[in-house]
Amino acid sequence: MIHEEFSTDSRTRRTLSGAARVLLALKVDGPLAVGLALTAGFGLVVLYSASAENTSMLVRTVLRLVLGIIIMLSVARISPNLLRRASPWLYGLGIVLLLGVAAVGHVHLGAKRWLDLGPIHFQPSELMKIAVPMMCAWYLHERPLPPRLGDLGVLGLIILAPVGLVAKEPDLGTAALITAAGAVVVFLAGLRVRALVVLLLLAAAAAALGLRFMHGYQRERLLTFLNPEAHPLGAGYHIIQSQIAVGSGGIFGKGWMAGSQAQLDFLPERTTDFIFAVIGEEFGLLGLLVLLMLYAFVIGRSIYLAMQCPDTFSRLLGGSIALTFFVYVIINAGMVTGLVPVVGVPLPLVSYGGSSVVTVLSGFGILMALFSHRKLMG
Amino acid sequence: MRIKDHWREQRMFNRRAWFAGAVMVLSVLAVLGRLYYLQVLRHHYYDVLSLDNGVRTVPIPAARGLILDRNGEVIASNRPTFDLDLTPDEAPDLKDELKHLVRLGLLQQSDLAQLMRTIASHERFDTFPIRLDLSAREVGRFAVRRYEFPGIDISSRQARWYPFGTLAVDAVGYVGTISARELAHLNPAEYAGTAVIGQTGVEATYEKYLHGTNGYRQTLVDALGRPVRRPGVLGKELHFKAPVPGDDVVLSLDLKLQRLAEQLLKGQDGAVVAIDPWTGDVIVMASSPAFNPNLFARGITEKEYQALIDDPRRPLFNRTLRAQLPSGSTVKPALALGALTDGVIDAHQKVLAGYAYHLPGSAHLYHNANHEYCGEMTLRTAIIMSCDVYFYRLAHLMGIDRISSWLPEFGFGHRTGIDIPGEDRGLVPSRAWKRRQFANPAQGEWFPGDTVILGIGQGYFLVTPLQMAHYTAMLATRGRSYEPRLVTGLRNPRTEQIHWKRPVLNGNLTQISPAAWKVVIQAMVGVTTQPKGTAYWEMHNSTYPIAGKTGTAQLVREGAKGYANEGSYHAQKTLKQLRDDAWFIAFAPANAPRIAVAVLVEHAGWGSTGAAPIAHKLMDAYLLGPDGKLLAHPGRGPFSEPAGLKSRVMPGVDPHMTPQQRAAAP
Repeated sequence: MIHEEFSTDSRTRRTLSGAARVLLALKVDGPLAVGLALTAGFGLVVLYSASAENTSMLVRTVLRLVLGIIIMLSVARISPNLLRRASPWLYGLGIVLLLGVAAVGHVHLGAKRWLDLGPIHFQPSELMKIAVPMMCAWYLHERPLPPRLGDLGVLGLIILAPVGLVAKEPDLGTAALITAAGAVVVFLAGLRVRALVVLLLLAAAAAALGLRFMHGYQRERLLTFLNPEAHPLGAGYHIIQSQIAVGSGGIFGKGWMAGSQAQLDFLPERTTDFIFAVIGEEFGLLGLLVLLMLYAFVIGRSIYLAMQCPDTFSRLLGGSIALTFFVYVIINAGMVTGLVPVVGVPLPLVSYGGSSVVTVLSGFGILMALFSHRKLMG
Repeated sequence: MRIKDHWREQRMFNRRAWFAGAVMVLSVLAVLGRLYYLQVLRHHYYDVLSLDNGVRTVPIPAARGLILDRNGEVIASNRPTFDLDLTPDEAPDLKDELKHLVRLGLLQQSDLAQLMRTIASHERFDTFPIRLDLSAREVGRFAVRRYEFPGIDISSRQARWYPFGTLAVDAVGYVGTISARELAHLNPAEYAGTAVIGQTGVEATYEKYLHGTNGYRQTLVDALGRPVRRPGVLGKELHFKAPVPGDDVVLSLDLKLQRLAEQLLKGQDGAVVAIDPWTGDVIVMASSPAFNPNLFARGITEKEYQALIDDPRRPLFNRTLRAQLPSGSTVKPALALGALTDGVIDAHQKVLAGYAYHLPGSAHLYHNANHEYCGEMTLRTAIIMSCDVYFYRLAHLMGIDRISSWLPEFGFGHRTGIDIPGEDRGLVPSRAWKRRQFANPAQGEWFPGDTVILGIGQGYFLVTPLQMAHYTAMLATRGRSYEPRLVTGLRNPRTEQIHWKRPVLNGNLTQISPAAWKVVIQAMVGVTTQPKGTAYWEMHNSTYPIAGKTGTAQLVREGAKGYANEGSYHAQKTLKQLRDDAWFIAFAPANAPRIAVAVLVEHAGWGSTGAAPIAHKLMDAYLLGPDGKLLAHPGRGPFSEPAGLKSRVMPGVDPHMTPQQRAAAP
């Protein structure tokens, strides 16, 4: 009896240490990989319901996940030095592609966001979500921190050049996320609190100015957020219906595939930007708590990994990847629950949609690369 | 130039990371707070909203109760009608399909423009009728080609149906589409899905019982309003409530007799009301000409309605309740009873009634009708012969104050309280009434001449045919007033149990002595049995005794002859519209009355020739069996009340009870 127990224990230990060795060889962080897998798995379960049992949608998502994992594993093997040296090139490529979009981009739903590369539709703005923080981290790597005013000017240019191009597409959500990814690097680099306050004020002024130059639908979204009931069937419809979905879910939810708001098409964009509301409706507050805990674990682990990195580039980039991921989650959750205006920010790893899954997973690939190669660094 | 301090930078990064962590925790708390608000505090509110979104409640109208006569014959029923329904969303070539329907004769080319507007006003996924009430032949024609018409289908619904058309329409009434004004007074929840509502007659009074309780079925709809089948979604929230059919209403009418009455009135303007004197049950209620209630039940067109309004014979006018005209001599028994009770006259005193009555202090002479000579007569012979001069004198002796207090005792001047709407009061004049009518006090004064002509039921005195029948029933029961009623019971359509309503005794003229009743009723029997009686020729061969009284309501229509005393009146020579209206009232058998009848035939001339034969035929039909003998229980049908109930409620069946027996009766 006791002997058996020991043997089972040792077999488990052997298996675990075997898995750990494999992960180590793959340069993959085990806990982070498990967190990501659980989140993506939860996402698949929700997507199956939100898409009304659309298996082809599910298959496409699985294929994208597989692609994302392959990219993540590949990126995880790249040495941080190479990543650092590649940063300006990647950033340059991104700028060129964005200019290409502006010139010959594919128009879909009134916005020019895609590059048509044969079978793949590719959004260069997704690339920029990683390239911009890489470029910022690259720029700050050799410089003493906290950054000086001149450095801030250069960083501002690095960030705002692609943001301007993306906002022009127009894709305000992605532009905001790219800004956030770059700004997070600057923040982690030790930007003085005074400077931070000044920047925030500047951002507010820019936003007020931007409101004047916004596209009609963008302004509408913002105004609708402030008073959704004024347009119950128009622009306010998204916000009202998603709040009904979340609220009617209650604590325990209506059950998988049993959410009337989602299943009867009342909830718009329920497989993409509003999938958070589907979880709220079908799995209730408990389901959302589970999801948020999974995210908290992924983010917490990511920040821990970033803190372990010995060099400035790795720390700043790793921290930016972790915090940007959080920004995705919080903006999406805030948008669906009516805390922030409706901006096109997907729920990472759960929302249906091409480039985003790949981007997120390659970001975590970079994070794993930065962490797993730390001992090789000087 | 600063140099990099890696140790310092690491610590700063860590501080920043912790700070970011704190910000993250705070923002997650904000989201959690919001979720707590939405999913816990406001859960019920949003739950209701989500049900409103996905659940459509489709009402199921209850089957309207039937209306039956005392023999169980159905006079108002429901019939399935077939409509063509269109769902534009499912019709790819809508215009072609509509043209094809025109070729098949199911639509009219001229209706297409209006129809296109109707279609435009609906949502594309709505289903709505484009053609109502298809005939069986049209249903067949469409059914074999149904596959050629995607998006168009036949649907059935229940519509009110009066199988005998005009029969008893004034009693039964009709249903019609619910107007916006009616809708304002209804509980919208109760009437969701109901298309029609009782407008007149029993259909209106008993609307509450006939209507039943509508049910509903809840179905799942998607955001576009399309019905969807998703068993897993809101499965427990979708309810079904079966409709409860309305109660059937059992009428006191006897449709066999009603048919006969309408047939006898055919081609004439008039009314017949027959009442069971011991219950107030209305056996016949006929007004001629009548109209077809099915027009209203299926939705009358503007043109059809205008035609009914414009008809000079006024078919929509319910004469039984609303025709107000002078009673003529039919009022004489009431006045005689009043005068006897007040001691104004002696029944056996012989009075010389010559050609005319001379009002003391006036030069005016009040003649008999047609300037006949009456001679010396008692009250009895005056009633039998309908001697006007005798009653001029009687009225003068009574005076207006006695007359205007006696006539309401017999139900005149106020509504009888019958259980259908629209009844008129008639008019019993009085000094006070006349003062109110004239602004000039000299004109408003009551003149003795006004009283004199009241003696023969002329002048200001107005009655309705229903009041006449009720009055006749009171004569038959020697003073008991039962509230006239059409509805005797309500039948539960499931259990078929009938809840009987008790007759309502609302008055009893106990102040009139049995001797007075005897004199007056015997005189009324004499009207039909004595050779000098005004209805002798029409009634003398009856196998049972009939107590009757004729009346001629003289018209004060423009261009018509004035009162009888102003000249002789030749019924046959006068234009039909200007002829007098004929009344006849009777009850039979006179010794044990079972039926009281009032007949009005407008422009018929004398009451005896115009109205009496109709009353006689009705009484024969009601009282006699196929063998020509009196029935033991006339009018008893499977849906008439059980005898036990009747006897329990009635204070004695025998009209010849002594005052002591009557007093002992409940």
